[in-house]
Formats: sequence, structure tokens, C-alpha cells
Amino acid sequence: MFELLSFGPNGWGGQLLAGAAMTVAVSLSSFLLGLVFGSAGAAAKLSHNIVLNGIAEVYTTVVRGVPELLVIYLLFFGGGSMAMALGRVFGYDGYVELNAFTIGVLSVGLISGAYSTEVIRGAVQAVHFGQIEAARACGMSRWLILRRILVPQTMRYALPGLGNVWQLTLKDTALISVTALAEIMRVAHVAAGSTRQPFLFYTTAAVLYLVLTTVSTAAFERAERHANRGVRRA
Amino acid sequence: MNWELMWDSVPTLLGGVPVTLELVGLALLFGALVAFGTALLRLSGNPVAERLMAAYVFVFRGTPLLVQIFLIYYGLGQFEAVRSTFLWTFLREPFWCAILALTLNTGAYTSEILRGAILSVPQGQIEAARACGMSRTLLFRRIVMPVAIRQMLPAYGNEVILMVKASSLASTITLLEITGIARKIIAQTFAVFEIFIVAGSIYLLLNFIASRLIRYAEWRMTPYLRARG
Amino acid sequence: MKKIVAALALGAIVAAVGGIAEAKDWKKIRIATEGAYAPWNATDPSGKLVGFEPDLAMALCKKMNAQCEVVAQDWDGMIPALQQGKYDAIMAAMSITDEREKVITFAGPYGSEPSMFGTMKSSPLTKVNFGAERVDLSKDDPAGKAAIEKLAEALKGKTVGVQTSTIQANFMEKYLPKVTVRTYDKLDNAGIDLAAGRVDAIYGDRSAVDAIIKSDAGKDMTLVAPAFSRGVLGKGVGVGMRKADADLKELFNKAIAEANSDGTITKLSTQHFGYDISIK
Repeated sequence: MFELLSFGPNGWGGQLLAGAAMTVAVSLSSFLLGLVFGSAGAAAKLSHNIVLNGIAEVYTTVVRGVPELLVIYLLFFGGGSMAMALGRVFGYDGYVELNAFTIGVLSVGLISGAYSTEVIRGAVQAVHFGQIEAARACGMSRWLILRRILVPQTMRYALPGLGNVWQLTLKDTALISVTALAEIMRVAHVAAGSTRQPFLFYTTAAVLYLVLTTVSTAAFERAERHANRGVRRA
Repeated sequence: MNWELMWDSVPTLLGGVPVTLELVGLALLFGALVAFGTALLRLSGNPVAERLMAAYVFVFRGTPLLVQIFLIYYGLGQFEAVRSTFLWTFLREPFWCAILALTLNTGAYTSEILRGAILSVPQGQIEAARACGMSRTLLFRRIVMPVAIRQMLPAYGNEVILMVKASSLASTITLLEITGIARKIIAQTFAVFEIFIVAGSIYLLLNFIASRLIRYAEWRMTPYLRARG
Repeated sequence: MKKIVAALALGAIVAAVGGIAEAKDWKKIRIATEGAYAPWNATDPSGKLVGFEPDLAMALCKKMNAQCEVVAQDWDGMIPALQQGKYDAIMAAMSITDEREKVITFAGPYGSEPSMFGTMKSSPLTKVNFGAERVDLSKDDPAGKAAIEKLAEALKGKTVGVQTSTIQANFMEKYLPKVTVRTYDKLDNAGIDLAAGRVDAIYGDRSAVDAIIKSDAGKDMTLVAPAFSRGVLGKGVGVGMRKADADLKELFNKAIAEANSDGTITKLSTQHFGYDISIK
């Protein structure tokens, strides 16, 4: 039975590890894209512009309220036409091709971004406004304030929440299996079907995910300790 | 955009709402019981129980729900040993496999929320209760639980929304809840975009109602936080 | 700050978009297959797509002087993804049916197979005498009707597993509406549930059901009942294409005719199925 997991010609081991690498790649890319969306969303929500506020609100409510499976399906089947419509806005009238990886990263990134928006918004609001006032009084430029005051402290407040978003993103990549992208879940699903050994392969998949989440938790804990250095607890 | 098709599909898709609600309701109910038991065991002081429950929470929070569902449905069904027990009457049906997976999943997350809430009860209140001579059970029932429940309401509300969304994964094991019916219609009409937009809107509506209900529950339970007069 | 972030976000989206597709002179063709329907198409442990159709695709493309890429696509997204333009053709044991011809066009057919039921050897279904070995659903013959009635009787109160969006699913809906049907994303998973006893029978293309029976997990399974073909089960397996690509359809039709006459299809079919499924 374990020969099915091996790296030999009959073993799915190589494929599973490749799938794990793909999972990490998709998760990282989606998470980073999600941070971009999240920063944009948080900025929109914190601005006083009603339109921006509204758009960001719609974004977070819809994406957090619709099952991830549907978001991924919608982007998988509608992504092509949406990208083409976007292309036409910029004057590009050709045919746009989106491969499975891009679609996967876009969909999970969109979902990740909706949650990141809330985390980043909360973190920015947690920074005492007095600090910003003081920085302005010192004559700091907006860019300098962002770089030296906001971001370091926002990081400290946002890290626990972002750690959660990361775990969420990692697990949501399992749903990308519907786009036939060869990440862990897809490989396990195909292998389980063709060898008719579902328990073996789904357990292996579970173990692979557990390894990834454990490593992630450890990494985030280190990052949190680093961000919180010098902070005295009461 | 085939508006007519979207309109016609609404009643068929709404037919999946009862199944979705059943899945969510039962999973939340059983999950709450599991969470309660797990949280208590983890705070009990018994090292074996604590380790065991910590392992359960670790596994179910660290793996995707999809893997859990497939493991329970296809994985367990593979073994003759499982098929010959009385459990098979339940595990045979995709509905109960989905409930089991959802229950264990929400149980793990909710137990963490509950545990955090119990630990956040101010130590002073517990000391005062003990000074009054309250027994452990009375202390738990009258002091700890009421405070903990109110503390965990926002996070639990989030969990309810997540459960509604998680129910859509039951479609992967042939269950005909909203997403399952949506996929069935798509198989016949090939109109992926239109049908999934309608299905997504139904979920949004369900989540909107759920979050309103939770906010109402929060409002009812915390009159002391409301502005006076 | 907001403008920078907005520009970054937009840039990220546009940058994530891949390259431009080739001009339509059909020198490069992307063909999709399922990869989970042995012996028509399957995925080997190294992730490569193998089976009758990947091999046939390569042979046809050689005849068309084109470079082909065979990609995997889950069955229930086959046609929508084709319409999206993710690939140019479908070779995934997809039968030519009226319903499908409403949305796409087909070249071929390049093969044809009856549909059969598979069940456990211990099932009472194996003891029923259906009176007919093969039933052609396009003919209005009484023996066929009698066989279907016996089937309805034998399956009363039972559950049959099929793959979503297949001709077999349509067959069940049309001829056996009172039987409970469970639809699976892959026929393999229906096979797993047959072994587990969750369904009493599975229904699929004969070779696919046979492949499940021949595997280790299928040692207690057997084929059953008459072999159904035609009618709602379609006119054979063809290459699915977008309706707009009439020129590609021409190319494929020519290549298939050639492959038929020079015996390529027969050779590949005997290699993968053990018998000849080509259309003479």
C-alpha cells in the first residue's frame, strides 16, 4: 500500500510533493495579492470618500458572504471574459488567456483580500491618532509618516489577524482543485479515484496540510515576537 | 447574460435552501455540544484529556474542510470494518457524513472561541464567587458561562456565517443543497455564470439574515452595554 | 497614497494576465481531456495524461501538421471552459448529442461504445433475464422496451450512480425516472461508492465501467444488463469544438477520416480497449 506513495514509477509521492509545492506557491501569491487588495480596501474604507467606501464595503461583504467555491467557479468560468472586458477598457481588443494558476491566485487572492481589508483597517485604526498628529507637527511628509510611524505599528497589530488570514488562504487553495490545477487536493482526488484508495491519499493530503499549517504558525509566532520587541506588557 | 434563465432558476435553487438550513442547523447544534465538551476537557486539568482535545483541535483547524469531508465520506467507506458496524446506517448517507464533517470542523473552531472566552472571565469574579461558597458547578453555571457566552458572541457569529458557506462543500459528495442543485442545472444548461450568480445571491441573503439574527441576539443579551435613557 | 495603492492593485491584476493567444491558423491546438476515465483517458502517477484519447490526439495532430497540447479539465466544466476559450477542442469520450450540439459543434465521430450497468456480483440485478443483449434506442423495438421495463422493475427503490452531465445521466432521467440517481464528479468515485454499498449499480460507458471492474477494488463487480446505444445516448464520441471554429472542424474531420482508413484508430483502440471501437 505504501508503494503507492513512493517516488517510483507507480508511486504518487512525486506528484504529491509537487502538489505541495504548488499549494505553497498559490498560497503565497494569493496572500501577497490579498495584501495588495487588503491595503487598497482598507485605504478605501478609511477614506472619507463615500464612493470608495461603498465599493470597499460591497467588496468585503460580497466576497465574505458568498461561499469560496462559488467565487472560484465564477472566476474560473467568467474570468476570461472579465479580463477581456478589462482589457477593452484599456484599449486592448485581443484575446486574453488566463491559465489555471493565474485564475487560482486571482480568486483566492480576492477572497484573502476581503479578510485582509478588515484586519488592516482594524490595525490602522488601532494606532493612536496622537502619534500621527505629533508626526505632522514635526513636519513629516505623508510618505515619511506612512513609512516610519504607521506601517511598523500597523504590522504589530495586524500580524495575529494576518496569521489567521494566511491559514485561511492556505486551506482555501484546496478548493482550487476544481480548476484542475495540480495542487495537493487535486492530486489526492485523482489518485484516490484511480487507485480506489481514498483513505490513504486523503490522509496523506491532510498530513501535508498539517505540516504546512504548523510551519506557518511557527513562522508567524516568530514574526509576532519580532514585531513586538521592545513593547512592555503591563 | 441570460436573464430569463436566471429568473427561471430561482425557484429550483430555492429548493435547496431547506437542505442547506438543515445542514447548518444540525452542524451548529452538534458542534456546540462538541465544542462545549472539548473546551471543558481542555480546561479540566487532566493531562491526557487536554492532550487529546488539543490534538483534535489541531487536526481539524489545520486541514481544509474539503479534505475532512472526503476522508469521512470516501475514506471511511473504504473499510469493511466500518461498513459492518451500526454506524454504517448513518455513514452510508452523504447527508450524515456531511453533518459529521461539519460538526467536527465547527466543534474545533468553536471550542477555541469558547475556551478563550472562559479564560477571559475576570479572575476577581471567580474569587468572589468562591468566597461566597459557590460550588464549582454553580460557579460555572451562574458566573463563568453567562460572561463567556456574551464575550464569544461576535466571534461565534462569524462562525455561523462560515458554516453557511461551508455547507456548499457538501455538494462535492453528491448532496443536493443550493450549490449541488446549481451544479445540476449548469450540467443541463451550461450557463455557469448566470446560475452561480443566482446561487451566490441566495447565500448572501442567507448570510445577511444570519448576521442580523446574531446582532439581535447580541443586543438582547447585553442590555447593560446599551446606552441609557 | 490611495492613488499609488489603486494603481498597484490594478497593475497587479493586469500583470497577472498571461500572454496573447496564437492567431487562428491552427498550428497550435490545445485539446482538453478529463484524465479520469480509463481507458479513454487517465492520469498516470507522474501526472501525465495517458490513454486512448491522448494518443489519438497526437496522431490526429500529426495528420493535421499541427502541434498539440493535451490538458486536463474536470468533466463538469468541459463545455463552459471551451466556450471561454481555455482550449480549442475536447476529446474526452464526449458523445455527440442534440443537447450538446445546441452549444458546440462536433467533428467525427471517431469511436462508439454502448453504455452498460455495473453492479456487485452479489446483487439480485445479475439474476434478472433482460431478454436482450444489445438495445438500440433509436429503433422502436419491443424487445428493447421490455428490457427497459425489466430494468425499471429490478431497480425499483434502488440507487444508481452516474457521472454528472453525461448521456447516462440523461438516460436515467428519460427512461428510469423513478430510480434514485446519485451524480458524481468522476465515475471513479461512483465506483468507490459501489464497492462501499452506497449505490446498487453504476452506469457508464462500457469500457469505463469495465476498467473499474478490472481494477483491484472491482474484483466483486460485474457488468450487467443489456448494452444500450444510440437514441438519448448520442451518436458516438466526437471532438467538441466551438461553433465559430468551422475551419478547425474541417481539419479534424479530414484527419479522423484518414485515421479511420489507415487503421490508426483501430490500432490504438485495440491497444487500449482490447477491441475495436472505431466507426466503420
